[in-house]
Amino acid sequence: MYRIVERRMIVPNLHELTVEAPVVAQAVQPGNFVILRADEVGERIPLSVADWDRKANTVTSIFVQVGASTARLARLKSGDTIPTYAGPLGKETQIGDFGTVLCIGGCYGIGSIYPIVRALKEAGNKVYTLIEARSSFLLYWQNRFEQVSDRVIAVTRDGTAGYKGHISRLDEILTLEKIRPDHIIVNGCTFLMRRASEITKPMGIKTIVSMNPIMIDGTGMCGVCRVTVGGKMKFACVDGPDFDGHEVDWDEFLQRRQTYNPEEVSPLRRSGCASHF
Amino acid sequence: MAKKIDYKRWPMPKQVPFERVKNFDEVALGYTEELARQEAARCLGCKKPLCVEGCPVGIDIPGFVGCIVEGRFAAGIKRIKEANALPAVCGRVCPQEDQCEKVCVLGKKGDPVSIGRLERFLADWEAASGRVETPAKAPPTGRKVAVVGAGPAGITVASDLALLGHEAVIYEALHEAGGVLTYGIPEFRLPKAIVNREVEYVRGLGVELRTDYIVGKTKTLDKLLEEFDAIFVGAGAGLPWFLDIPGEGLNGVYSANEYLTRCNLMKGFRFPEYDTPMKRPSRVAVIGGGNVAMDAARTSLRLGADEVHIVYRRSRKELPARLEEVENAEEEGVIFDFLTLPVRFIGDEHGWLKGMECLKMELGEPDDSGRRRPVPIEGSEFSMRIDATVCAIGNSPNPLIPITTPGLEVGRRGNIVADDETGRTSRAAVWAGGDVVTGAATVISAMGAARKAARDIHAHLSKEN
Repeated sequence: MYRIVERRMIVPNLHELTVEAPVVAQAVQPGNFVILRADEVGERIPLSVADWDRKANTVTSIFVQVGASTARLARLKSGDTIPTYAGPLGKETQIGDFGTVLCIGGCYGIGSIYPIVRALKEAGNKVYTLIEARSSFLLYWQNRFEQVSDRVIAVTRDGTAGYKGHISRLDEILTLEKIRPDHIIVNGCTFLMRRASEITKPMGIKTIVSMNPIMIDGTGMCGVCRVTVGGKMKFACVDGPDFDGHEVDWDEFLQRRQTYNPEEVSPLRRSGCASHF
Repeated sequence: MAKKIDYKRWPMPKQVPFERVKNFDEVALGYTEELARQEAARCLGCKKPLCVEGCPVGIDIPGFVGCIVEGRFAAGIKRIKEANALPAVCGRVCPQEDQCEKVCVLGKKGDPVSIGRLERFLADWEAASGRVETPAKAPPTGRKVAVVGAGPAGITVASDLALLGHEAVIYEALHEAGGVLTYGIPEFRLPKAIVNREVEYVRGLGVELRTDYIVGKTKTLDKLLEEFDAIFVGAGAGLPWFLDIPGEGLNGVYSANEYLTRCNLMKGFRFPEYDTPMKRPSRVAVIGGGNVAMDAARTSLRLGADEVHIVYRRSRKELPARLEEVENAEEEGVIFDFLTLPVRFIGDEHGWLKGMECLKMELGEPDDSGRRRPVPIEGSEFSMRIDATVCAIGNSPNPLIPITTPGLEVGRRGNIVADDETGRTSRAAVWAGGDVVTGAATVISAMGAARKAARDIHAHLSKEN
């Protein structure tokens, strides 16, 4: 059993989850993910890693509450225990001496891009962080990013923080900010990663995305996380999760991610609780 | 002492087909005491028993069968456990017809003794009696062995070494032990309660089990070597193979690994009581002809499918599945499309599978495997309407340890290279066995390889002392 150190909603619908998991905490690297189960009947849920503390033996993730399983995760309190917390899984993000790097995070990906930004900075890169959300109240960890980035840029749909609009303005924002990245890394929802990749492709800047397909075992066995990259079948759990965003077949990826959309929410409707729909 | 030879085996009671396709309970019900004694009495008790040679782990078969005849069931199960830590599992899933029962002298003129069913009977009898005996353990040697993977190979190595006095720790990547016995073989063929029982027995021998531990990721093999005197790698199956035809990214195209893991390990068939969802397709095509294909097809029926096909490119004679499983599938109403090769999956506008285009085949000259090679018949294209397909054409060995262990020799298919007789790999103090070495094979062959490795590990550790 693994002890929940803390679970709190940091912005509406996004939760920060810190779990005591000594062996994972010692081995985890930027870009890795873990697989956990909220209880004995729970799904194996993959979560990108957002931070860790090797001394305290803890690992932190940010997750979105979307369906029945994550709703259960969102009810965990500190001191609770969960039966499964396995990792670190996936290849770590390649941290090189790229020169100027732009890191883009949205949604839970603001959390998971954080250790990547930190490591890139430590490796001597000039690092710009761009965080994106619908509104300023959905942004988080800005002060953390300030400490490890050369500049932090916000983009909000309603313009309540930083640039107004969304990632489609990326090209223009880079011009206005006078940033010419040698390397781009994007973490977050499919739309963000896809749109960013589409914009950077004609610019010829290598763009790495962290894919988040459906998974079960996460250890290179079941094959559900297959993604077509450069026309070849790849498995996000062992070949990824990082892939070249210009090579990913995004239409197929989006369609495969939606396989269980009805099942994801149907148990909520059966809860008998009036507040659920 | 002329004994009348009985050439006909006693049938084992089974759930009737129209009932069993509606539930996930075990199909075969097992011999009663009376039936077991009658069946055991058919054994000729050969002086030079060929069946023992036919068993990959060398169980004293005439010995335990003789015990059944005399009604000494406790002595019988003890005899089996001297050589096999998983009798309830092996009695159910071993391909006995290709091993012990294949060489049974009775089989020359009639039916061989039902050795598997008798093994199963004793294991179930012991569990029901509630007095599970643990064999005597050798005094502690102080040597530590890490075992990677709690599947059939890992469990065998760990229990053998524990009995020899070594300290064994099993590291399992998933949240439950059992490997393919847990995630792969369905409940109706091997109830998970039985797997749990066998795992508990092995833990009772003093074997430590650590789940959620992915050797290669959580800790590398090299790091583990700093703590252990030897390591056995039984990491099992890896990524599934697909046909490499258009449309494999469509929703509704599954690998057998995914389909069965969803159902068995994650209990998707009990969704929404269990969180992991499982679709309930109505027309399913399972591609392949092995035991895994039969399992996937029969699982589909139990999930409520109206029509389930097994699509296989050769003929019935070449099916690699056990005959018993093929017959079970036929009885339950699975439709077999032999000499059929899928060439393309067809999707609807939302990316969901709606059909499959196939070619008819004919058998040509024998290929490397000795089986006649299927050759496409020109112009024989036809399409099938389906809403799910399960690819059960095999898988590669698990990639995690090979890619994270420098200096470990790996074969062409990503398999760890290990000596047939000893299980030794190219790295000192590292042994391997089971699917991670051979690619997809049987439970008992993994156990056989594990037994040999355990013997060699023991010899190695004893010599070092």
